[in-house]
Amino acid sequence: MIKVVLFASLREDLGVGEVEVAATGVCSVADLIEGLSQRFGEVWRETLVSENVLVAINQNMVKNEISVSDGDEVAFFPPVTGG
Amino acid sequence: MFDIGEEITWLRASSHQVGGIATFLGVVRDINQEDTVSGLYLEHYPGMTESQIEKIIDEAGERWEVITVTVIHRIGELLPNDEIVFVGVGSTHRGDAFSACEFIMDFLKTDATFWKKEQTSDGSRWLTTRHSDVKAVERWQESKKD
Repeated sequence: MIKVVLFASLREDLGVGEVEVAATGVCSVADLIEGLSQRFGEVWRETLVSENVLVAINQNMVKNEISVSDGDEVAFFPPVTGG
Repeated sequence: MFDIGEEITWLRASSHQVGGIATFLGVVRDINQEDTVSGLYLEHYPGMTESQIEKIIDEAGERWEVITVTVIHRIGELLPNDEIVFVGVGSTHRGDAFSACEFIMDFLKTDATFWKKEQTSDGSRWLTTRHSDVKAVERWQESKKD
């Protein structure tokens, strides 16, 4: 399984903070978003495919095309605004 | 909540090599982008946020002589004038303490996974990254190349 976590405005826009999806056929972040939008609706693709969405895998920031494996935790969130 | 006096006392007591302590205290403003702010909600990514803060502290330690560091960042519901963030750095001399404190604070703003949502009379809104915060860290990245 792949654990997907969402934060801040993305969590509110998609109405959920955490979902688990099967890892079958998921090799990349793009595959994961494709699977999420097929299962939960097109709004997932519209929300997650954006240059303003940051991605972390297993709590490390990643850029561009990065592979996703079974057991990974994949986080999507907007640019940070702490401090 | 935290007490800045207690934090400074701890930084002083942590090592007799400390010759100077620089601190920064961030507090909730009651106005932002010309709107009155009645409250702030701070969200974070448990686990990742803590390790990012440790990494920022480590990077400061590689650049300057840092003897002791305290970083505190609050989460959840906050009100105007509440403290949000504290950074305290003890060093042998003031120059390193000032620089490391500012560096840690600048990277907390742009690298650590915290998100602010503010409540105004028009409702609530998630804040977006400020250009000046991005510029602040670029300055440190450029200075490292020298």
